[in-house]
Parts: sequence; structure tokens; C-alpha cells
Amino acid sequence: MADGTIPAQYHRRHGANPQEYALSTSSNTGKRAAPDSSDLPESPALLEHFYREMLRIRVFERFSEQAYRAGLAGGYLHVYSGMEATAIGWLSCIEKHDPVITAYRDHGHALYLGCDATACMAEIMGRSGGLSRGKGGSMHLYSAEHNFYGGWGIVGGHTALGVGLAFGTKYQGSDAVTHCFFGDGAANAGVLFEVMNMASLWDLPVIFIIENNEFAMGTRLEYHAAETELHKRAEGFGMEHERIDGMDVLEVRQHARRIIDRVRKTSRPYFLEIMNYRFAGHGAADNDQSLYRTPEELERAKKRDPILLLENHMRKNNVMTDEKMEAIQAEVEEEMEKVYADAAASPKPDPEEVYTDVYTDMLPEKGH
Amino acid sequence: MATLTYREALRQGLIEEIERDESVFLMGEDIGRYQGTFRVTQGLFEQFRQKRVLDTPISEPGIVGIAIGAAMVGCRPVVEMMTMSFSILAMDQIINHAAKIHYMSGGQFKVPLVIRGPGGAANQLSAQHSHSLEGWYAHVPGLKVVAPSTTEDVYGMIKTAIRDDNPVIFTENPGLYGIKGEIPTDQSFTVPFGKAAVRKEGTDISLIGYSRMAHVCMEVAEELDKDGIDAEVIDVRSLLPLDTETIYNSVKKTNRALVMYEDWRSGGFGAEIVARIQEDCFDYLDAPVGRIGGLNVPMPYARNLELLCIPNKEVGLAKAREVLG
Ligand SMILES: Cc1ncc(C[n+]2csc(CCOP(=O)(O)OP(=O)(O)O)c2C)c(N)n1
Repeated sequence: MADGTIPAQYHRRHGANPQEYALSTSSNTGKRAAPDSSDLPESPALLEHFYREMLRIRVFERFSEQAYRAGLAGGYLHVYSGMEATAIGWLSCIEKHDPVITAYRDHGHALYLGCDATACMAEIMGRSGGLSRGKGGSMHLYSAEHNFYGGWGIVGGHTALGVGLAFGTKYQGSDAVTHCFFGDGAANAGVLFEVMNMASLWDLPVIFIIENNEFAMGTRLEYHAAETELHKRAEGFGMEHERIDGMDVLEVRQHARRIIDRVRKTSRPYFLEIMNYRFAGHGAADNDQSLYRTPEELERAKKRDPILLLENHMRKNNVMTDEKMEAIQAEVEEEMEKVYADAAASPKPDPEEVYTDVYTDMLPEKGH
Repeated sequence: MATLTYREALRQGLIEEIERDESVFLMGEDIGRYQGTFRVTQGLFEQFRQKRVLDTPISEPGIVGIAIGAAMVGCRPVVEMMTMSFSILAMDQIINHAAKIHYMSGGQFKVPLVIRGPGGAANQLSAQHSHSLEGWYAHVPGLKVVAPSTTEDVYGMIKTAIRDDNPVIFTENPGLYGIKGEIPTDQSFTVPFGKAAVRKEGTDISLIGYSRMAHVCMEVAEELDKDGIDAEVIDVRSLLPLDTETIYNSVKKTNRALVMYEDWRSGGFGAEIVARIQEDCFDYLDAPVGRIGGLNVPMPYARNLELLCIPNKEVGLAKAREVLG
């Protein structure tokens, strides 16, 4: 749980004290970390931007789930609801030329990086108007234009690519920093340990960002990780590391500014664990969440809904009225309704497309 | 006889082996508390607890390597790959380690290991999750490779696989989990490896397939039947070892053959079957051996494109008519 408690039936060891697994670093005591001196108050316009963008992801995801239920999307579909503050807080601090890569839970990253929402939805529906013209689907969103390198389905596999992106940009003399997102489950993939070593050995400007939502599909963190503070794994590779809270967009942003700046200046990799929580099932087909969490646990996590936290912050500081919030919500609803309709109206790919883009310069052999 | 789904029949076979032999245990991602992604292992964690049904981290090379080591000291691990596409990560362990140790040690060590899971396309799982890898594995001496297509076979073959002293790749097409059929109530029932099944006898053409394609071959046969053409259908079910005798006997009778497989057409296992027929039954053939494989492209996501890639009754029928002349 983002608040550090674990329902009794999920304790890994018999008689374990739930507090054993409580988040232990200072920024995770449930309190906001004290702002450091470089932390200027965010402008009302910026807060409004965050609010709108978080809502855009949340509402987009509701429609993507609707598409799945309506049979307009198939396969595996993993939504980002509940985790919005992580991608938005972080990606609000990157440079345009910084590469970003993530796994299959990629809708939020794509949207915030500026990918056209209709093209994202059309991809999820397998339409010709999709980002990859319908060939990738929900798990495989890519946008070269936005330096967004996807969108990968093999757990952990892309972490090596992330280090490679950093290797490549450094080789080319750029000051780009690569932002490599992955899940707590992916933190157990062997390849990650190989590339952590090389990233540190070769001083590569990559930030490993574990989005620890505490579940790898139906397996809780406590059952899959020998040491549940995953960031500590970097210790063995001589890499700086820490764990931060990922539910408060402003807090994520504070940390992001500090860490990204540091990595850009030092060209040393950084290993970060961001604690967030997914409100939805693992994927659209995950229809028995009671196998791994209780409704009470979910309800408790929702008390720290990133959208709610920002609303509270804005209310407290008199930045935005409730009327204004409602107006923004209505605008986002309207936007996403249109996105859904436009995506659904996009035609299916032309049958000949099945052969294109296998190679850059030739077609594969045709036929069965 | 009891009527079960393919999924249930497979589970029943697993249960019987866990109960029969204490050295048998299951390991895999989300197979225990989460009941298995495709629910094959549903209820087994509750029934047999952690020692026999082990949830693992997402670490395929490590899981398979550990299973190989455990097998070398005498355990009989059954590893579930959540989908066979993820076994690609473990290929070094499977090919360089499991498949080699008996030979390299001059017969001193053996690896009684089963690696099982869904292989092949399902419904829009896209390019990274839709692989048919049985042909890759059937290329490797030291492995056994099977692909049961019926409830009875999956039940009988999982038991054979677990009792086998060699590493066995056991592939289940995800489209088959829901099909229903009967299994014998006699627990001593097993299905041997290296025996193909004649699903339908006929005299005019041999339709040869395995796994889900064995069903498609049956559909093609039914269509041909409407035209008065009597097709024979061979379900290969065991790729390595391969029962060439049953295949050859059929072809020698019908003088025409069509092989269907879901894997990429180029270099797929069906090509091996075609080559064998060509080599050994040449004088009996009245037409070139036909083959139908999947399109030579990564699996696209869009449903209309995906359906183009996977061989179906229509393409099988068209090719069969061509072979029939
Ligand atoms: C190599 C590999 N093994 C297994 C899977 C199946 N799988 C897909 S997502 C997932 C859980 C991953 O959890 P995590 O990394 O924590 O990411 P989250 O889904 O929570 O965002 C699993 C086991 C896979 N896609 N790839």
C-alpha cells in the first residue's frame, strides 16, 4: 500500500508485522517532503495544467476500458489510472530531446508526451489512424516525433534498450538523459541487473524509474521481491538510489527536477523507486482482484488519489474554485468523448498493410 | 469417461502426477495465489500449498535454470511459461543447458523437466506475445516437443511428459483451453510420445497438422466431404519424436498430402514434415506436397490483419483443392 500497510492475509511470512514492510525512507512517511530552497511555488497556470493532464489520462483510460468492453479493442490492455502523478510529475521536467521508454502500461506516458489522443485511441482500437497504424495496439505505443520509444510487452526487456538509448545519445555527444520506466515486477528481470552494471560502469545518463505499484499482475511485492525496497538493488552497482512517493504530482516534480538535473550534469545513472498504486486491475481481463487485494485496501489507496491530492492542494491554497474544476472536468470529458468517436470512425488497416514495415527496404515473402 | 475442458483435463493430469510422485512440483509466474493467467492451475495452490505450487518472480531464465538444477538432483519440475513467447528469455537455459547435459556428461545426468504453456496466437496479443515456437524447439536434439490438440491427449500427454526423464516442451494453443471432450476415468491412462493420431480415415488426401491446426484440418476435411472427397486427417501431436510411420502410411494410401501449421511458413516445422514425405514417399505422390503456414510477418495487432496471418479453413481448403488437382 502506498501508506505502508499490508492486509494481514498477504503477509509473506507467518506472523510478520505489517510495519516491517512499511515504507522507510523519509519521503514516504505519508507526509509531504519539506520543500528544499530551490523549490519555488508552482504557478496557478501550471497547477491547472497538471490537473487537466491528470484528468485527461484518467478519462482517456475510462474510454479505453470502454473500448475493450465494447469489443473495439482486444488483446492485453493495461490502464494507468491511479498512477498519473508519476508520469506527469516526472515528464514535466524533462527536456524535449530526452528519450523516454516504458513497458506496456504506456497510455499515460504517450498522452503526456504530446501524442495525439485520437491516434492513441485509434491504435488501441487497431485502426489505420493509430500511432502505429494499428499494428502495435495498446501495449505498443511509439512516437519518434516525441522521442517516445514505447511501449514494450516483454517484462524487463526494454530496460536494456533504455540503457542503450542513453549509450547512444552520449556517444553522439548529446546531453540528453534517458528516462526508463518499468514496474516492480520488471525489477526481477535478469537483464536489468546486467544493464544496471554497464550503465554504472560506463557512466551512462539514464534514470531507472521503477513505478512500484506494489503488484506484478496478481503477485504482491512481498511475494516477488526478497528485499521489498527495490531501490536498494542499486547499491551493489555503485549507483545513487532512493524511494519517493508517486501519488503527489508536485512532490514527484520536485524530485524529478533535482534528480534529472543531477544526472544531466554528472552523466551518472540514477536508480529511483517511485511508489504509486494502480486503481484498476492488472489488465482489462483481470476480473478477480480479490485474489490479491481487498476492496478496503483499494479504498484506502484511493484516499490518496493523485487527482484528489491536487484538488485538495489547490483548494487549500485558493488556486482554483470547485466550479473551475468542474468546468475542466467537463471539457476533458467532452474532449475524450470526441477522441473515442473519432478513433472508432478511423478505418481498419488495409489488408496489404500486413506486409509493410517488416523490413525497411523490402517486403517479406507473401502468402501462406 | 468424464467430460472436461482442455484446461481442466490438463489440470487433472497435473493433479494426478503431483499426488502420484512427491518429486513433482509446479513453478511459474502467478500460477499459485493468482490461479494461473489462463487458470490452468486454478485451485492447486490451495490444494497442494507452496511446496508443490510455487509462485515465482518474473525471471524466466532463472526459473528455468533453477528447475534444471532441481531436475538434475532428481526432482521433476513442471514450469509454466505464462505464454510460450516468454520462453524465449529462457532459451539459453533450455537449449544450452537442459538439452545438452545428458549428452555432455556421457549419460550421467538427466533432466526430467517439463516446460509448458500457451503457444501461438490468441486474440490480438500482438507481435511479442503470439509466437509459435514448437518448431524452434523441435530443431534441438535433446528436447522432446509435443503439442496436444484434444482433452484426452492433453491429459494423457502431460502425464507422459512428467514421467519422461528428458526435458519436454509442452505447448498448448490458447484457443484450445475452452474446448470440451472426454477423458478416461482410468488413472493409468497415458498417451505415448511419438505416436500420431488418425483423426479421420480417408482415401483421397492426407491433411496433416498438430495442435489447433489439427482441428482446422478436420474442418477442411468436412468441407471436402461435401464435394465427395474423402480426406484423411493426421494429428501429429508429437513433433519430436515424430511418428513418420503413421504419416507415411497415410500418404502411401492417399497419394496426396497437405501440411498445415500456425508458425511462420518459412522454416516452420511443417516444412520438416513436407521434406520427409518428399524424401520417403516420392514414388507414391501424385502431386507436390502442399503446405500452409502462418504469414511471414510479426503478428499485427489489428484484428483484421491478425486473421489474415493465421491459417484457417478457407486457405486450407483452397490449397487442398490445388493439391487434389
Ligand atoms: C518476460 C515476461 N514474463 C511475463 C510476462 C507477463 N506479464 C505481463 S505484465 C506482468 C506483470 C508485470 O508487473 P510490473 O512490472 O510490476 O508492471 P505493472 O503491470 O504493475 O505496471 C507479467 C507477469 C511478460 N509480459 N513478459
